[in-house]
Amino acid sequence: MKKFTWLVPTIYILFLMLPIYWLLNMSFKTTNEILGVFTLWPQEFTFENYIAIFTDSTWYNGYINSVTYVVINTVISVSAALPAAYAFSRYRFLGDKHLFFWLLTNRMAPPAVFALPFFQLYSAANLFDTPLAVALAHGLFNIPLAVWILEGFMSGVPKELDETAYVDGYSFPRFFVKIFMPTIAAGIGVTAFFCFMFSWVELLLAKTLTSVAAKPIAAIMTRTASTSGYELGLLAAAGALTIIPGAIVIYFVRNHIAKGFALGRV
Amino acid sequence: MAVKSNNQKAWLFVLPVVLLVAFNALIPLMTVVNYSVQETFGNNVFFWEGVKWFEDVLHSERFHASLLRQLSFTGIILLIEVPLGVAIALTMPKKGFWVSVCLVLMALPLLIPWNVVGAMWNIFALPEIGLLGRMINGLGIDYNFTQNPTAAWFTTILMDVWHWTSLVVLLAYAGLRSIPDAYFQAAKIDGAGTWAVFRYIQLPKMKRVLTIAILLRFMDSFMIYTEPFVLTGGGPGNTTTFLSIDLVKIALGQFDLGPAAAMSLIYFLIVLLMCWVFYTLMMKNEDQ
Repeated sequence: MKKFTWLVPTIYILFLMLPIYWLLNMSFKTTNEILGVFTLWPQEFTFENYIAIFTDSTWYNGYINSVTYVVINTVISVSAALPAAYAFSRYRFLGDKHLFFWLLTNRMAPPAVFALPFFQLYSAANLFDTPLAVALAHGLFNIPLAVWILEGFMSGVPKELDETAYVDGYSFPRFFVKIFMPTIAAGIGVTAFFCFMFSWVELLLAKTLTSVAAKPIAAIMTRTASTSGYELGLLAAAGALTIIPGAIVIYFVRNHIAKGFALGRV
Repeated sequence: MAVKSNNQKAWLFVLPVVLLVAFNALIPLMTVVNYSVQETFGNNVFFWEGVKWFEDVLHSERFHASLLRQLSFTGIILLIEVPLGVAIALTMPKKGFWVSVCLVLMALPLLIPWNVVGAMWNIFALPEIGLLGRMINGLGIDYNFTQNPTAAWFTTILMDVWHWTSLVVLLAYAGLRSIPDAYFQAAKIDGAGTWAVFRYIQLPKMKRVLTIAILLRFMDSFMIYTEPFVLTGGGPGNTTTFLSIDLVKIALGQFDLGPAAAMSLIYFLIVLLMCWVFYTLMMKNEDQ
């Protein structure tokens, strides 16, 4: 029986790949073929759909918009969370436990609850339809998450490291940047990965907070599906392209992911 | 864990996070509370309504139905994803090249934007042009998720299993990897079988990460919106209208601010309460 255990993950991975394969398959077909005949692979292989996306500015601007707010969000979340996580892992202060729990409750808030008030808040702040609005709004769940993960990594670093550095005459900012941050580099990588991931996949808030100028790629897809009939090939190509940034990021952090999870965070 | 020292200046370190999250959390939450106790006929004229909206929501059959659907959905996916995730983590390779391959391929669904997941499954399951739809119909079963509620539920659940089981796998796998080899050698000497090793070594060691997996899957599936909305649009009829879909319909579709706000607060409180209960129960078990 032991010999066949590899079958379980193999079948599972096949199951994961099937819908992705189907999406790729559709993206290389012509609309006629999609609607006309049922084929397991493209008979008339075409790049038409991809060319359409790369030559239409509303499409590729969608990608730029998405990447812009995801990057801004990751930078804000990680840099704000670094000192906070340090404080939680090293010091006791008035209300620290309550504050930590309150931060985590924001991870539990359904985005649907916040969609409308967010729209009003960011309109009032004159930020509506900017990547910054989406980046800040995604901070609602990403900043608490970043604090949570980083605090886990920082608690694993012995306090003696801090003390030795002070004895050696390091000031706090210099110690933090030159010694402490390199020590928890893997943790910062894992944190950035999860911030990237949750900001990249979220759509409800991103859609609510943008109209034209900062519209994310995912929202443009929804529009295509509803207005211009049913351009499945185009939709499939756009969808396939949204998988790429995630795949690249996973490849780079693959060795850190398991470690980050092992600390019991996320 | 290092001993922590008292230091009130630590508040300065926390301040940026508090300000950023408070801006995002407190102001919108106050807006919601504000709407939930008032009635408006437009033009920014508001009338005090007290707890009327809360009573309405709590007594509305529509809310009961969405809540029931939500609870069933979350219950079903937890029952499938957690055991399946553990089983896959147990059978995954332990070292070498294939570990990376497994991790990268399994993590892939987690990084696909949620509406793309919905759109992908829509294309995959359509009865005429989708691979899944063709296969099931080919077996002689009449399958059309846009018309048949059972098929719609089946597809939504299969999609969620596809999307999120990997999270349980990754967590359980990380938990398994942290068990020292000495434990397994000791078990071998004692003549323990596969089941005994699982029940008395692996399962207790995975408890912490599984708690987190269940908690995360509970929270996220309870808030699910985009994927089923893109896949089925909440239909056929209202059969796959979960809480978030219903809420967005009321708030942004019908613009009934009062009832939507009251429902939002009740919804948020349910999630908080359930998480708190889960968390306390599991921590209690851990102490014993």
